[in-house]
Amino acid sequence: MPLQYTYPNFYLYHRLVKAKMYIDEHYDQSIDLNSISSEACFSKFHFIRSFSKIYGKTPHQYLISVRVEQAKLLLQQGMPVNNVCFEVGFESVSSFTGLFKKVCGATPSLYQSRRLALKQAQQSKPFHFIPGCYVSSRGWLENSNFQEAVK
Amino acid sequence: MITRMSHTCIYVLDQDSAYDFYVNKLGFTVHTDAAFGEGNRWLTVTAKGQPDMEITLMGINEGPMFPKERADMLRELVKAGTFGFGVFECDDIYATYEELKAKGVKFAKEPKEEFYGIEALFSDDSGNWFSLGQKSKQ
Repeated sequence: MPLQYTYPNFYLYHRLVKAKMYIDEHYDQSIDLNSISSEACFSKFHFIRSFSKIYGKTPHQYLISVRVEQAKLLLQQGMPVNNVCFEVGFESVSSFTGLFKKVCGATPSLYQSRRLALKQAQQSKPFHFIPGCYVSSRGWLENSNFQEAVK
Repeated sequence: MITRMSHTCIYVLDQDSAYDFYVNKLGFTVHTDAAFGEGNRWLTVTAKGQPDMEITLMGINEGPMFPKERADMLRELVKAGTFGFGVFECDDIYATYEELKAKGVKFAKEPKEEFYGIEALFSDDSGNWFSLGQKSKQ
């Protein structure tokens, strides 16, 4: 079905969103931003300028932010730091660690240990994390099976 | 003096499906996901720009204070699209609209200039309504 023009700069948005979603899906690969811009029918500079205007980051900065976000998810699942680094598309553990610390304020291993400890606490004592209004309105504390978790 | 809100609640028909919708389609971050008791799950998500405002994706399960008739009634109301739950803001509504539409989010109204800004309307996978808004640039 042909695309319909429905608002200002529709075709521009359509191509930029496609490029952004391409980065979202292929962040773990070596992405050539030149090929993305030509795929989206832009000159490289027009592509970078238009992308930055919409997303507040250059395509390269955006790619790094996606990799860091994905790294956080894998670290939360307990994957070893070295594996996470290569899994999300970084090529050097030291540059991954430095970049991660700069963005997240903690090294990947420290971030991982904090998150795993939090997850463990949430699983073992869920009522420490659920506001009382929800617990009371649902009567969760009425069920004696849950009492252990509260103590 | 009340200064801010930290939690709000959206009733959803299926928490697995809601997880997929809010995390993989809308791009929210999981804050807490903990199972407890028999079939209960505390699932909260946050928007990227508001990490301390937890949105609880509350399953409609029977419980000691939530009898079957009430749960059934609430499930039917949600399914029928009875509730408008709130307004999500974004930096660029046209880009967000294009992306969400490409991911299969159903819009009842495409972005349109209103006197308070640009607004689109979409529903989640359960049938809850939301506005997607971008404030007018002053």
